[in-house]
Amino acid sequence: MKLNRREFIKFSAAGVALAAFPGCAAVSGGKSKGASVVVIGGGFGGATAAKYIRMWSQGTVDVTMVERNAQFVSCPMSNTVLSGMRTIGDLTREYHALKNKHGVNVINDEVVGIDSQKQTVTLKKGQLRYDRLVVAPGVDFIWDEIEGLNAQVSESDIPHAWKAGNQTITLRKQLESMPDGGVFAISVPKMPYRCPPGPYERACQVAHYLKQHKPKSKVILLDANSDIVSKKGLFRAAWNDLYPGMIDYHADATVKKVNAAGRVATTEFEDVKADVLNVIPPMRAGAVAKIAGVVDDGGRWCPVDFLSYESTLQKNIHVIGDSVLAALPKSGHMATSQAKICAAAIIDMLGGTQPDGDPAIANTCYSMVSTSEAMHVANVYRFDKEKKSMVSAPGGGVSEKRTEIEGTLAGYWLENILNDVLA
Amino acid sequence: MKQIRVRAIVIACMVGCVAVPQAMAEVSNHARNLSGSCAACHGTDGHSVNGTPVLAGMDRKLFIAQMKAFKSGERSATVMHQHAKGYSDEEFELMADYFAAQKR
Repeated sequence: MKLNRREFIKFSAAGVALAAFPGCAAVSGGKSKGASVVVIGGGFGGATAAKYIRMWSQGTVDVTMVERNAQFVSCPMSNTVLSGMRTIGDLTREYHALKNKHGVNVINDEVVGIDSQKQTVTLKKGQLRYDRLVVAPGVDFIWDEIEGLNAQVSESDIPHAWKAGNQTITLRKQLESMPDGGVFAISVPKMPYRCPPGPYERACQVAHYLKQHKPKSKVILLDANSDIVSKKGLFRAAWNDLYPGMIDYHADATVKKVNAAGRVATTEFEDVKADVLNVIPPMRAGAVAKIAGVVDDGGRWCPVDFLSYESTLQKNIHVIGDSVLAALPKSGHMATSQAKICAAAIIDMLGGTQPDGDPAIANTCYSMVSTSEAMHVANVYRFDKEKKSMVSAPGGGVSEKRTEIEGTLAGYWLENILNDVLA
Repeated sequence: MKQIRVRAIVIACMVGCVAVPQAMAEVSNHARNLSGSCAACHGTDGHSVNGTPVLAGMDRKLFIAQMKAFKSGERSATVMHQHAKGYSDEEFELMADYFAAQKR
């Protein structure tokens, strides 16, 4: 005799389990059965939350995921498109398995309103009701801190390429049409921003291309921070060893103004004339977070309870990924790690039980410094009961040196994490 | 922790354990949650699709020994020595339980 899951749930809810274990009445499939979760955003965090709520509730919780893009494009490793190591196609995945294998209702639409009282999400083409809502909108850009820059200019002339996709392709094309002896300028926003080592990795990928095709050219990094914010020694070594004389690093260089037609970036100290201008604007939680009312007053990010990722500002709304206000790196792996703790907590809370009180999550982030070599930063983050926040556990850190082995591991990381999120 | 154990016990009472592998009874949700972060490199539930070791179905004693060796520095690694230092020995045991219970 073999009970399938639904029969078993019916059976267990019917008596024996409840009678024998009265403290455990809220097994999944109890109160949580048939509950509705809506996930907004199908990036690393949102897609993982959707998949894991289905998986860990054994399919008893209904999950609808709303994503405005038809396909998933990985931001991690998208800098390698600039060197020619990968194409955007290599980083693009479908949402099919979330639908067909995991039973997630994937809706290709955009959120226009959220009513936290009525617990509804209004889309351009419909409305959804939720018991719990997961907001995973990633980042949006703060345009008005840079005169002359806006969403349109970033599409046409000065791509940020900080969300992988069309702008990544545009930036690669601009690099290809740059003259030998030209300047490729990258501006780095003040922390916190998505993917702290990303701009420095990008400088490597661009320099790798230039070294082969346009060796008289230069990369200028205009960093709003007062120093390289991640893997500093490793990046310095890579720049010196692999691309000597090609990468100029300017600290405390906040871009205040751009001239799109002339490709000029202006900081407090200088005007930098470039052939390709890649301004990465300052960031804040994605716009949906504001619609949900989960952004901290006057702030840019969303405060949460780290046991459940429930917003401290709105009941029944959880926030995961880059939008979260935390001393956690804004990375793809971190978003998936948060998503799983959030998924587990949502199932627990829907069932009327307390979430895991002692979460520990990990982050591994590789940076490709050429088309073969990489280095990483790895950390475990643990819940600190007194501080009520996630703190870095001892023992984490960066690679001793860049290696080809890590370059290979970075590829395996990409393959495995994309499967974990979407397959 | 409660839910899987309870379910397994109930099934065990009713159908003599045919529906769920025995090992499931020992695995808590806390162990599952701790193991979740490993998936980025080692695949969902330890089912690595390429390159990294498959943790699903791994012998629990071997898992614990490896993690302790990474932590002490006895075994060198590119990444794992750093992750291992972030977890306690008790957590190694919980993760070992979880991965051992996964079908390879």
